[in-house]
Amino acid sequence: MEIGSLITGAITDTLDVSLPLFRVELAIAATIVLMLLCRMLPVLRRADSALIALGGAGFALWYAWCDLRGLPAAPWTLADAAAVPARQELFGGLLVFDSLTAAVRLLLAGFLVLYILFTKVSGIPDREDGADFYTLVFGGALGMCLMASANHLLMVFMAVEMASVPSYALAAILKGRKAASEAGLKYAVYGAGAAGIMLYGISLLAGVTGTCHLPSMAGEVARIVGEGGAGGEVLVLALGGLMVAVGLAFKLSAVPFHFWCPDVFEGAAAEVGGFLAVASKAAAVALLLRLAFTLGAPAAVPAAAATVVAGAGDVRHFMVYVIGLMAAVTCTLGNLAAYGQTNMKRLLAYSTIAHAGYLMMGAAAAVALMGVDAAGSRRAVAALVFYLATYLFMNLAAFAIVALLRNRLRSEEIASYAGLVRTSPGIVVATAVVLVSLIGLPPLAGFISKFLVFASLAEAIQAGAEKPLMLVLLVVGGVNTVISLFYYLRVLKVMTFDPPPADRAGEAFPLVSLPGAVVTALAVPVVLLGLFWSGLYAAAQLAGTFAS
Amino acid sequence: MPPVDTLAQPALWPLTAIVFLPALVAAVLSLPIFSKGREDAVRWITLATTAVVFVLSLWMAWPTLFGAVGPGQFVVGEAGMQGVVKQPWIPAFNIEYLLGVDGISMPLVVLTTFLSMLAAAASWPITKHVKAYHVLFLLLVTGMLGVFVSLDFFLFYVFWEVMLLPMYFLIGIWGGPRREYAAIKFFLYTLLGSVLMLLAILMLYFTSDLRMLSPEQLQAAHVIAPGLDAAAAADAVNAIKSAKDPVHTFNLLALAQLGQLPNSPFAAVNLWGMSLETWAFLLLLIGFVIKVPVVPVHTWLPDAHVEAPTPISMILAGVLLKLGGYGILRICYPICPGAGLSLAWLVCGLGVVSMVYGAFAALAQKDFKRMVAYSSVSHMGYVMLGLGVWSAVAGNEFRWDAWAQGVNGAMFQMLAHGISSAGMFFMVGVLYDRVHHRNLEEFGGIVGRMPVYSGLAFAIFFAGLGLPGLCGFIGEVLVTLSSWNYSRVLAVISAFTVILTAGYILWAIQRVYLGAEYKGPHGDHLTPITGRELSIAVPLVFFAILFGVAPQLIFNYVTPSVNRQVETLADWTRRVRPDAPAAQPALASAPAAPAGR
Repeated sequence: MEIGSLITGAITDTLDVSLPLFRVELAIAATIVLMLLCRMLPVLRRADSALIALGGAGFALWYAWCDLRGLPAAPWTLADAAAVPARQELFGGLLVFDSLTAAVRLLLAGFLVLYILFTKVSGIPDREDGADFYTLVFGGALGMCLMASANHLLMVFMAVEMASVPSYALAAILKGRKAASEAGLKYAVYGAGAAGIMLYGISLLAGVTGTCHLPSMAGEVARIVGEGGAGGEVLVLALGGLMVAVGLAFKLSAVPFHFWCPDVFEGAAAEVGGFLAVASKAAAVALLLRLAFTLGAPAAVPAAAATVVAGAGDVRHFMVYVIGLMAAVTCTLGNLAAYGQTNMKRLLAYSTIAHAGYLMMGAAAAVALMGVDAAGSRRAVAALVFYLATYLFMNLAAFAIVALLRNRLRSEEIASYAGLVRTSPGIVVATAVVLVSLIGLPPLAGFISKFLVFASLAEAIQAGAEKPLMLVLLVVGGVNTVISLFYYLRVLKVMTFDPPPADRAGEAFPLVSLPGAVVTALAVPVVLLGLFWSGLYAAAQLAGTFAS
Repeated sequence: MPPVDTLAQPALWPLTAIVFLPALVAAVLSLPIFSKGREDAVRWITLATTAVVFVLSLWMAWPTLFGAVGPGQFVVGEAGMQGVVKQPWIPAFNIEYLLGVDGISMPLVVLTTFLSMLAAAASWPITKHVKAYHVLFLLLVTGMLGVFVSLDFFLFYVFWEVMLLPMYFLIGIWGGPRREYAAIKFFLYTLLGSVLMLLAILMLYFTSDLRMLSPEQLQAAHVIAPGLDAAAAADAVNAIKSAKDPVHTFNLLALAQLGQLPNSPFAAVNLWGMSLETWAFLLLLIGFVIKVPVVPVHTWLPDAHVEAPTPISMILAGVLLKLGGYGILRICYPICPGAGLSLAWLVCGLGVVSMVYGAFAALAQKDFKRMVAYSSVSHMGYVMLGLGVWSAVAGNEFRWDAWAQGVNGAMFQMLAHGISSAGMFFMVGVLYDRVHHRNLEEFGGIVGRMPVYSGLAFAIFFAGLGLPGLCGFIGEVLVTLSSWNYSRVLAVISAFTVILTAGYILWAIQRVYLGAEYKGPHGDHLTPITGRELSIAVPLVFFAILFGVAPQLIFNYVTPSVNRQVETLADWTRRVRPDAPAAQPALASAPAAPAGR
């Protein structure tokens, strides 16, 4: 083939196929450039970067919505399954666009919009830091979008790093505060270690299979595993897979790679905690699903080879056990460790660890169902996307409450919330809604998410897919729901039962105010999505169609 | 009030209105227009709301009181579901907004609305955070009513959990000295039970398959609205029958139909050596008996009842405990009959153990309210025994009528206990409001200081004792009689428990009301009973006497539905157990159960 036609092919691929489906990332990248440019020009120096960021996030949201909805359906309606964008490899196979990419990007873009509104009200960043802060947030979000669409192990690594490096800086954004700097450093060192291990794992995988392109690699892995592998190849593959899993577990803050999480959350501003808890976790779950579903279903190889099919089954079995056992431990440890916390941010950090456990349970069910019941597997993915959507509101609301109360009370200790119900009943009701939803009690959105994940586990049991493990996970999930009750309720107990300190003056803030509006806007969907979740679930089901 | 033309709209009328009116008013009350200083308005609005809901439920349950039977009203003597509301909610999971009442739930709904009204009236002494209290109280009422009328398992679970949080705060903020401990204990126990229930719900859902049911069964279970014309109904049946994958359902009636099929899908699945049916039965049973409560999971009850404020104790004892019994009757037995049959000894045994343990514990109490709380444990033991008596397994006698007698007795006992225990807690509350202690040793001579109150209290306590002519007698005697056919030992023990009951109640009456003179603290506060208190106590006493002398007032409602369920299950037993003893003549003369049941 001539070099000229190669170049023409690449240009066509890039301009006609890849870039139109890459516009969410382009919008985010353009916003970053714009914010930095405004900083350089004296005329535009005074422009508020939050507004620019909001505009960029709005564009990204609109594009993401169009991508998921699948043109040419009318706006504001969901496409039927047939009109869902088909799977499409971009940039020569480095990225992939499908319903999962579209759904997670929509979540991330929606998160950005809400997040900018919330940080604008909460006052971190101030006007001076705005450009820095939002540039870092958008840079991280760009990496997270890539995590959701990576189709190549190098892209996986790049995306994880692109999401992580801005987060390290964000953790330390409170300049001059020792705790924040310490959090940033801790996060960076831990992240660097995890990245190194992940890169090592990638090189092992690439060395054995001879490729980094995930679908091709899946075929190779299944073939090697199916044939038993010569010279300990299977062992090397397992080792490589586990090392990649370390990188993912770090992003998910799964036990035993969670140690950074409480320290970083406690040291960094609550706003940063919200970013790490919601956006980072959504992207990590998407990447987990992407890796598991690509490696578990080698589409590229001829179906006739029985050894490949058997090998794929073994690969799935291995992944289900790794994910499932890690999920059970993560969930239990997160919930138990949350008991003793006195700092609200630290408590929420352990809460996010526990929720990562629930999410991984759903992922384990989805992978387990893959070979047995494709429709059930899609439902499990839909459950996870639904979980992430409700988790966005719950956790962002929780961190918003912490940040906004910090502005008034100058404290993030749980004890400082004592008797808040006397002066600010509205905010306590909102907190109750959010925390009870995090426990997972009806009629709130958190219950529906948990119900859907548990339903996937039950479906896997019913279908006979990895039955013993799924039963254990279902029981562990149920027991964890009960033990999580205690520490969430303790916060509410302090807010309502305990007498307020004598020196507190006046209301923290009324519900009818700008901060109150932020909290209301984040808490009301938690209630509504618990009662009327048919629409969101339909959208989540669209996201699940990629796993066919 | 909805406009008149919605009266014909069954989606709103009357069950939806009964359930959601309290929640709606709670939302209005939480608006800032009810600021501090308007406590009385909040109290009156709450009382009026509960009164309206009570009248609505009465309008539904007792149509002849309001003229002829109209649409949406309850036909007494009809066994099936009535006033059914059916709206799709979450189509992806076949979750429906499905409400309905039959002879089992209708009296419980009326009991709930009645006690809510009285509890609202009994809430006047609450002076702390009045608005929040009443908002939570109204939410609690919505949750309780929702549980009794839900026919969709998901909806049932949602309502079941909705009750928890208001109750936690009601005990935790307005309760006694150990309120925080009692509130979290109540919450933890109940949540543990309901999580187990959720696991059972999921297992049942994913095992269920509507394709196994006949068109008639689908219609009887309200999977297909009975009101549809023939063509539409046939289409709907076809859509289910021709489905490629199993059609799962949360519909409680359909799950019951499935569970009673000869090839029940729930009995076919095996998990760790036991059938799914048995697992589901056990998980559900644990969830429900925690609420009943039954020894050994009863320990939340004395704490919660003692620490809760008087009106909440009334609701706890009068209504919340009944949710457990109702759940066993409505869900456990019809859906998992096989497990119910083989585990009848467990349910009956738990009932008798609670009965005896509760009575002995009540004898040992020094705290008046704690004694009443333990009497609830003892009395609810009769309910468990009555529900569990599955006569088919007893020796050579297969007596469905004895079994029906037990279940009828259990239902009566639940309603009677709702009246008498709420009354007892209220009577204790009246005294506590005056003298601020509940120590049985420090009372005495109340008759002389508060004669009217003491007379009413005697009536209520005797009703709790089970004196013939009062409401507590009927249920206990029916349960004891029917258990004779199941196990003579249990029957003898439960009969002897009556003596223990008489012991602790008479001893309490002697220590509190009789005696020469009140020597305890705050003696000067022993003022005669007020008009407001009278208006709560007199209705309770009235019904305690009325149901004692005219039990058919309740049986008219309860018996048709209970008998049909028992007949159906007896029929099922004979089918799956051909070796079971031959049918009694009574069964042969009973109306033939509809096809497939």
